[in-house]
Amino acid sequence: MTSTVDTPADATRPAPPSGLLTVARAPGWVRYALLAAGLIAALWLPNGLYPAVAVDILCWALFAVAVDLLLGFTGLMSFGHAAFWGASAYVTGLVAIHAGLPFPAAVLAGALAAAVLAVPIGYLAVKRTGIYFAMVTLAFAQMVYYVANEWRSVTRGENGLQGVPRSLFGLDLSDDYYFYYAMLPIVLLGLAAAWRIVHSPFGRVLVGIRDNPARARALGYPVHRYKLTAFVLSGFIAGLGGGLFAVGHRFVSLDVLHWTTSGKAVVVVVLGGIGTLWGGVLGAALVVRLEDWLSFSNFEAIGLVTGGIFVLVVLLFRRGIWGSAEALARRWWTSRKR
Amino acid sequence: MAGQALLSARGLTRDFRGFRAVDGVDLDVAPESVHALVGPNGAGKTTLFNLLTGFLRPTGGRIELAGRDVTGLPPERVARLGVARSFQITSLFPQLTAQEHVELALQSPSGLGWRFWRSAKLMRRYHDRAAELLDMVGLADLAHAPSEALAYGRKRALELAIALALDPKVLLLDEPTAGMGLEDVDRTVELIARVRQGRTVVMVEHNMSVVGRLADTVTVLQAGKVLVEGPYDEVRADERVITAYLGAADAAR
Repeated sequence: MTSTVDTPADATRPAPPSGLLTVARAPGWVRYALLAAGLIAALWLPNGLYPAVAVDILCWALFAVAVDLLLGFTGLMSFGHAAFWGASAYVTGLVAIHAGLPFPAAVLAGALAAAVLAVPIGYLAVKRTGIYFAMVTLAFAQMVYYVANEWRSVTRGENGLQGVPRSLFGLDLSDDYYFYYAMLPIVLLGLAAAWRIVHSPFGRVLVGIRDNPARARALGYPVHRYKLTAFVLSGFIAGLGGGLFAVGHRFVSLDVLHWTTSGKAVVVVVLGGIGTLWGGVLGAALVVRLEDWLSFSNFEAIGLVTGGIFVLVVLLFRRGIWGSAEALARRWWTSRKR
Repeated sequence: MAGQALLSARGLTRDFRGFRAVDGVDLDVAPESVHALVGPNGAGKTTLFNLLTGFLRPTGGRIELAGRDVTGLPPERVARLGVARSFQITSLFPQLTAQEHVELALQSPSGLGWRFWRSAKLMRRYHDRAAELLDMVGLADLAHAPSEALAYGRKRALELAIALALDPKVLLLDEPTAGMGLEDVDRTVELIARVRQGRTVVMVEHNMSVVGRLADTVTVLQAGKVLVEGPYDEVRADERVITAYLGAADAAR
């Protein structure tokens, strides 16, 4: 059975490079216009959508950007990022309940815990690449899930952590609408941090490692240490998202650690566009909105629809929504110049 | 001899699943010399290169750089110790421009690569030096083209510029003129002659005229072993070398 069928390129690999820093290379006014549009959309969001959905979108945007930092800019597909999202959700929840700190402090504690957890997991995972890396991260995430499930005295097992407070210097944030604006600065900081990382000297090295690890090593770059650093940074940003998710829902359930959560994060990034950073934000908005709309209309097989869209995008728009839009814009731009 | 060699190997051996690609090689590269490794295909030249640069761990033997044991060090450590290499199969970052390649190489020893909280614009501090290096290899006007858009000969030149950016003590060049047209070959030979000043160069090369013009010492490998070593003219006239080459040529046809 030595079939020599011409298999299509590994579906988990990003499509041919969409130009790594294309947005950064776009004319200045385009960049500022996009930034302004993004900020306006962020400020408007809870007015156009159910505020609870808007809160979820922000959390997932951070999560997706964290995953894209690895998948798109380091060439590592983590299939276990729920470990960091979920660990931070639990730590944030516990700190908020027991220490009574303002919620940003609790979220910071959660994100730091996620980053600490990312050190040993990353240390062992970055020695592998491709599908093996994905499997190692999945295995560790499953371990974290089972620990959380068994450690009932702390995590309350299947009942979940209830009554995570939204305290912030006595402000009343019980309304999701106001909570959205309270959390928005943290999300923007997280996104800005991701943008800065990608456009830093460190980010440049990461892209080099992604494209040609052997060459990067020959230049004297310790590839494993760079990957580990990227992994921990990604864990931290995923943790910011997870912590805010816990406060946003005022509740933490085991779902935050489930492998489907990791999978959803990858789907969001692929939909939005691998290696585009902002694609993840867009993907988060679409997937969260769509899921909410489907569940609201009592549609049972949500996975069928999101899965179907995922397949379509992978087949037709391999660069994802953002990546395809970018490619179109660039083609238009260059044809106009001629 | 071993005392004064900058880069030396003793009994260097590498096995691949029962196949011995490099078999007890002793090598002494004198400081500031150009040392060519020649031999028929499959003689173990590239494997030897990979051993010397840490890309492969030796099965046996020892490697010393300026008297320091570097056996089994990972490639990034070897690079940091001043051994830069080019690859036989052009090995670049397809999306980066020529300029960015050289900047990335220049940045490597500085630790700037760890600054994830700073702007990549900081890398512009290497701009002038990078431009100088690109000019040196004749890529000045292609500095801002993505490397994947460069023609083959230009890519080889870029490889050289990147290796030089590391300001290495030892420069290992794996077939620097492979696949080049005559004009590019001449330019590359000239370039190597220029950059060898104050450096030690080890090169794998098939083109005997290139070897003749550049090499102080030639080591002929065959089936993973050193067949002959000596100055170019001596090696060229050696019966065993002629047999090995003709034999290989016959076998290939």
